[in-house]
Amino acid sequence: MQTRVKINVNGTVIEEEIAPDLLLVDFLRAHGCKSVKRGCETSNCGACTVHLDGKAVLSCGLLAARCSGHTVTTLEGVREQAREFGGFIADENAEQCGYCSPGLIMCCLALFDEYPDPTEDEIKEYLANNLCRCSGYEGQMRGIRRYIEWKKQQNRKEAAAR
Amino acid sequence: MNKRSDENGFSFSAYKEEAREQSRRTQVRQAQDHLTAVAHPSRKKDWETIVTGEPIYTQDLAPADCLVVKLLRCPYPNAIIEDIDTKTAMKVPGIEAIYTWKDVPQDMPRFTEAGQTYPEPSPYDRLILDRHMRHVGDVAAIVAGRDAKAVDRALRLIRPSYKVLEPVLDFHKALDNPILVHPEDNWACQAWTGADNKRNLCAHEESSRGDVEADLAGCDVVIDRTYHTKAVQQAFMEPFCAWCSKDAFGRLTIVSSTQIVFHVRRNVANALGIPKSMIRVVKPRVGGGFGAKQTSVCEMYPAFVTWHTGKPSMIVYTRQECQTASSPRHEMEVHVRLGASRDGHIRAVDMYTLSNTGAYGEHGPTTVGLSGHKSIPLYRPESFRFRADVVYTNIMSAGAYRGYGATQGIFALESAVNELAEKLQMDPIELRLRNTAKEGDVMPAYFDQVNTSSALDRCILRVREMSDWEHKYPLVRVDDHTVRTMGMSIAMQGSGIASLDVGGSTIKLEEGGYYTLLLGSGDMGSGSDTTMSQIAAQVLECPLEQIIVRSGDTDSSPYDSGSYASSTAYLTGKATEDAARELRRRIIDIGARLLGAKPEQCEFDGKKVYTVSTGKTASVTLFDIAAAATADNNEEVVVTRTRSSKLSPPPYMAGVAEMETDLETGRTRVVNYYAAVDCGTPINPGIARVQAEGGILQAIGMALSENVTYNDRGEVLENSFLQYKIPARPDIGHLNVVLESSYENSGPFGAKSIGEVVIDTPAPAIEDAIFHATGKRFTDLPILPEQIAMAAEENK
Repeated sequence: MQTRVKINVNGTVIEEEIAPDLLLVDFLRAHGCKSVKRGCETSNCGACTVHLDGKAVLSCGLLAARCSGHTVTTLEGVREQAREFGGFIADENAEQCGYCSPGLIMCCLALFDEYPDPTEDEIKEYLANNLCRCSGYEGQMRGIRRYIEWKKQQNRKEAAAR
Repeated sequence: MNKRSDENGFSFSAYKEEAREQSRRTQVRQAQDHLTAVAHPSRKKDWETIVTGEPIYTQDLAPADCLVVKLLRCPYPNAIIEDIDTKTAMKVPGIEAIYTWKDVPQDMPRFTEAGQTYPEPSPYDRLILDRHMRHVGDVAAIVAGRDAKAVDRALRLIRPSYKVLEPVLDFHKALDNPILVHPEDNWACQAWTGADNKRNLCAHEESSRGDVEADLAGCDVVIDRTYHTKAVQQAFMEPFCAWCSKDAFGRLTIVSSTQIVFHVRRNVANALGIPKSMIRVVKPRVGGGFGAKQTSVCEMYPAFVTWHTGKPSMIVYTRQECQTASSPRHEMEVHVRLGASRDGHIRAVDMYTLSNTGAYGEHGPTTVGLSGHKSIPLYRPESFRFRADVVYTNIMSAGAYRGYGATQGIFALESAVNELAEKLQMDPIELRLRNTAKEGDVMPAYFDQVNTSSALDRCILRVREMSDWEHKYPLVRVDDHTVRTMGMSIAMQGSGIASLDVGGSTIKLEEGGYYTLLLGSGDMGSGSDTTMSQIAAQVLECPLEQIIVRSGDTDSSPYDSGSYASSTAYLTGKATEDAARELRRRIIDIGARLLGAKPEQCEFDGKKVYTVSTGKTASVTLFDIAAAATADNNEEVVVTRTRSSKLSPPPYMAGVAEMETDLETGRTRVVNYYAAVDCGTPINPGIARVQAEGGILQAIGMALSENVTYNDRGEVLENSFLQYKIPARPDIGHLNVVLESSYENSGPFGAKSIGEVVIDTPAPAIEDAIFHATGKRFTDLPILPEQIAMAAEENK
């Protein structure tokens, strides 16, 4: 049995027949979005985080069929933002093995959308589901906070220029 | 409450004075190296592909037509497969092959999965498909098919019939139990490990100095405790995975998430019974290892499939498999007897370690030694004794995990030292300073090695200051049911295995004037590709971007034991320094020839070779030298250097845990961890710092939340991240890490290791902090909230 879906992935509409039990993570990887990682299968690690209509979701716990008619964004769709923000994590060497990086960065981008100036507790709470085993989180927190400060400065400069 | 230190005639200021002097000497020595690339922070060379999610990991690189490989796992801890029927399963459309013990001669030589130098200390106790199942999750069949669905269906249709045997599940009862985990005659081992499969004994060790019994009898205070740590999981984010294909010469290529390409080549050759020359092993980016991938846990299965079918195939372990059939830390029970005089002089240490290697012996004989040899030498007892047994049981086999036995031993000994401080009513920091091994000391429990470089006392003083220990230790009351308490610990590790591990490095000057650095070490995210490049850039006086690095390919890398045992910075780093120095010499040679001068009349500044003592100044660029090396040339501009070391200089660390505990609920949290690490010269201070932060948090998980429970059927209950709780962001306050360098003369630019020592201090520091909150000594990890709440209740 197959089901027909129409999913916008990073700006390209994909229309095809898929198995109804196909998970979004497998659908996306099959379509070349290799940034989407599977780390645990139980929606605990956050490595598979993508955006569904702009909100962070775990693609290992979501059927692809349920995304029909929706827009999915993976790290491949936001590479410039990822490079800009990821540089701050890399300045702290806190990307380390990097396997959790795509999921973390997708969740961070959603965080910055929702909370332009989050407190440390808000950051920790928002990213509670994004596990990292290399960094101890401390360096990532330094990178996130420095990026937020830098972004605020950029915004002020832009506002002043206008 | 502890007596004030000055009442014992102890002066911190004398130690502080000495620390300042040591610090100054290190700075003077470092200054002589004129460091421009080493000891400077820099982004990792692979940062950009990592943060933009490029396909750089094993699974991302697999051919699209790979067969899916999965394993049928045995549900019993001890059983013989009487028969196994695969006929129905083979009929599933898309199934390519199913292999069982019938496809593997049961009398062939056995092998080990451990990534160790040949001849491996780990016993040869495995067959790729064995008729005898030795733990829940042991492999009964390999299934390969077109897609996961077909393979899953076939797995359900295989019909094994098991003769279920009684298992040995309690590691206290394993030695000389009539039930043997490995009764087979083709089990084999290196004689010196003391192993005996007819006794369920994987290794036995004894070493001592002086008369420990007599000294203990003469001590004013003796702490006598038994500590227990569990088989915690590395919990790397990228699951075990590997894929295989055949190349144009019919050879097997294995692409794997591994720390040990060269050892995988041997292990798979042994498992399949094929020549090593037929195997190439390649390591792409690795999503975390922490020692787990120092064992070839999964590579042999797709290798077997591709070798026999000729088709590419891939295996990816589920997280459940990573939690239940992998290579976790060895469960250990450590009995410590620690004796001291009333004035705080540690006189005798006796330790006995019982280690549980599980169903197979990977890393069993080697991890256990560190529980004694990397804890006792922190101090200067007049006598010591260390004895150990490693036993087989019918549970998942253990392996290598950051710390490698030292973590377990240091938890035991340091917890005992903290208890000793309490009994002596002495500040634990003072007790440490009075007893630590100093630079220049011979360390009898560390194979009589001289302590060539140590900033341990400086580390201790530094964490004392950072944590405001003087005012906060042991306890600050927050409200009527919440307390803030502190505890501390020190630690050591090694830098590579002395007289064994090999680091290798090849550097080439390439056309255009850039360099290629070839390494056999396995950067698993820790950044060694970058730090090795920094060493080369330091010697060759070039920007980091001028070095191209490629690591982990058995066909093209110089031999390297691999990235484990804290060896890469120290050994591969030294080999890289040596290779770069020789290449530099050759560049000057060729430049001199082009200038018509003698090499000793020329110098190299990274960009050009120029004459200095010929009366007239002439120069030739690196671009032209590289070009000249490709035409009418008889001198290679490629250098390989290899390094082992008779020494394994210990890195040191001191840590203070500041915990906040709710005495009503038992909820506890590390609000601050203060750490000072002596890794010698940090090759990249940013990377070194993150190594420390990451290791500390792993250990906090081990101390407080990562539990491993077996039921009476031999099943692990914590088989997913739902149950196995590694720390998440809200679980931790802040990790405050500083680097306090000594200078290690035998290392590259004064460097020692950092990868492992960082996981050793948190557990005993946390234990002592929880003692100060609850009044109860905990000897088993993890220490769970319910236990804390109960202890607090009893202490009321």
